[in-house]
Amino acid sequence: MNSGFDPVTTWVVIIGLGLGSFGLRFVFLGLVGDRAMPEWVLRHLRYTAVAILPALVAPLVLWPAATEGELDPPRLAAAAATVAVGWITRNVFAAIGAGAGTLYGMLYLLG
Amino acid sequence: MATTTKKSAFWQGFRVGLPFTLVVSPFAMIFGVLATEAGLNVYETLLFSVAVIAGAAQLTALQLMNENAPTVIVLASALAVNLRMAMYSASLTPYLGPAPLWQRVFIAYFLVDQSYACSLAKYEEEPQLTVPQRVAYFFGTVTPVCPMWYIFTLVGALVGNQIPDSWALDFAVPIAFLALIVPMMRTAAHVVAALVAIAVAIIANGLPFNLGLMVAGLAGMMVGARVELWLRAQGKWT
Repeated sequence: MNSGFDPVTTWVVIIGLGLGSFGLRFVFLGLVGDRAMPEWVLRHLRYTAVAILPALVAPLVLWPAATEGELDPPRLAAAAATVAVGWITRNVFAAIGAGAGTLYGMLYLLG
Repeated sequence: MATTTKKSAFWQGFRVGLPFTLVVSPFAMIFGVLATEAGLNVYETLLFSVAVIAGAAQLTALQLMNENAPTVIVLASALAVNLRMAMYSASLTPYLGPAPLWQRVFIAYFLVDQSYACSLAKYEEEPQLTVPQRVAYFFGTVTPVCPMWYIFTLVGALVGNQIPDSWALDFAVPIAFLALIVPMMRTAAHVVAALVAIAVAIIANGLPFNLGLMVAGLAGMMVGARVELWLRAQGKWT
């Protein structure tokens, strides 16, 4: 990883994200009260996390920075194991354990 | 429990929140380690966790900063990950809306996945709770969880630079995210939204300014919403 960021950028991100996150949490409790949001807005909001997070992860799995973007069997297998165990157990911990175990196991076996 | 007092409501919430420290602490530590590895100092790392208290958004921001994405994209993407907080806020308002403003300010700050899930379940189960009892219960669920978020971020930040490359910590973020995402796949609409987002992210990976992420996210949301409408029309929505 690199050696650091411009401090201004770091602070803008920290403060911006802090205020923005608070705003999202406060908007209804504090400001909107119990007025209803349009159904189409709620319907899209339901899928934000399940769309954004996989979109963020997919390139990291396929082209890991640690291998300079080369497809890496241990990392692919670890991702697959995380998803499979997460799907079966619905347990975040079990999924992380399976992913980490597969990653270390494969890295060890493949040297 | 008709005899619930404010104090007992607090401790009931505390007991329900307690097991979540086991989930939150390792995540906070991963963030602390990765943030210092990326070049943030200990104070910046700790302040990040105190200001934001949202692991997925913090890791998203960090990842994009590492990729030298423009600040606007970093903020937009991380806030998009946090949009669910607005839904939590909306869903708790009927129960907590009448509380004094200063209490709602603190509730908003401490509104995280765990406190939301525990509190909403309790409010639905026991509609007879008074507003002060609900507020006490909410703060009870937060009390064991949020301090651990700060403390383990600090622990991670302090040990971060001593961890060797062979631990392959670069892959902690994908594994942690995948583990978080999979249990969120409650319906076919969620699964389709995720698959579309992944496909678009891979195709659009070459777009400048990490715009591929935004495009993929929007595509996933729109398709998810469409599939939901379709399932409802088929009478298959639960």
